[in-house]
Amino acid sequence: MAELMLVIVGAALVNNFVLVQFLGLCPFMGASRRVEGALGMGLATGLVLTTASGISYLVDSLLLIPLELEYLRLLAFILVIGAAVQLTEQMTRKLSPLLHRVLGLYIPLIASNCAVLGVALLNSTANRSLIAALFYGAGAAVGFGLVLALLAGLRERAEGADVPKPFQGHAIAFITAGIMSLAFLGFTGFVRL
Amino acid sequence: MLIGTVVLAGLALGLCAVLVLTDRLLPAGKDPVTDRIESLLPRIQCAQCGYAGCRPYARAIAAGEADINRCPPGGEETVRQLAELLGREAVALDTTLGSANMNRVARIDEHNCIGCNRCVPVCPVDAIVGVQQTIHAVIAAHCTGCELCLAHCPVDCIDLVARDA
Repeated sequence: MAELMLVIVGAALVNNFVLVQFLGLCPFMGASRRVEGALGMGLATGLVLTTASGISYLVDSLLLIPLELEYLRLLAFILVIGAAVQLTEQMTRKLSPLLHRVLGLYIPLIASNCAVLGVALLNSTANRSLIAALFYGAGAAVGFGLVLALLAGLRERAEGADVPKPFQGHAIAFITAGIMSLAFLGFTGFVRL
Repeated sequence: MLIGTVVLAGLALGLCAVLVLTDRLLPAGKDPVTDRIESLLPRIQCAQCGYAGCRPYARAIAAGEADINRCPPGGEETVRQLAELLGREAVALDTTLGSANMNRVARIDEHNCIGCNRCVPVCPVDAIVGVQQTIHAVIAAHCTGCELCLAHCPVDCIDLVARDA
């Protein structure tokens, strides 16, 4: 159990997918204008990340490895991720139309979020167990949602701040993200995996 | 090579089957979006947005057909709340649609009213009382200042005055 907690902390903070490994940067900048939208995006991405890492692990260990088809991992995982995104889209559309209205455009974009594919591929190269793979996915999801919400909060503040003209708009957002990345590098060495 | 093709095709087919199944099995949700949008509108049915009332306007917003800045009685505050609910950017109120607001009420000039009864049916909140051939009056507490009655008065005897005047 302690080891699983370490996996979560490691994936969420120490090796944060966005700020330390620089995966999934496009929704990080694209969906962080408002805190509400960022939370919804983090939630949807988290759902996809966790389910996709679980299913990818099963496909990998039950199908690809026994048949010696490891070279098809990339293709197979992209298929699985696409299906998981579609499933999330169905669920939000039917169970929470309001969330679907807010996220609408972003949900299909999760399919091209490289953090999702990154988690699935890293799981298969690191030889984790199914539970550990699921926790790794969940940890990555927590980390992604956390930094997305943090950046959205900072950007909302920056909107009201007296930003020098050359830095206004996206420039200050990129600088903010860079400083956040520096701060997250402070976690380096907390957990060794 | 062959086995790889078969496995990938099988995987794709299997995932398709799962998605079709979940699409059939999940209950089709109600449409609470329209309800929540309508609850933010003033619901005085003034129709200045160009729709027949607040409910049709809410439905148009939910369907993405109408912008959120078409409600003069609601003002900037309603635009802000709608933007927050829908996760959009707040936009400036469309001032070309009218200037009605809840701070003013209609008042009928009793010296000029001819009791034609044309203003009574157009009032969305039934704030005008009076029958044919009698002088009409406005119940200020019910009037929402929507200006709909002004255009229907043949003798132009209805004015908008400040609510507490």
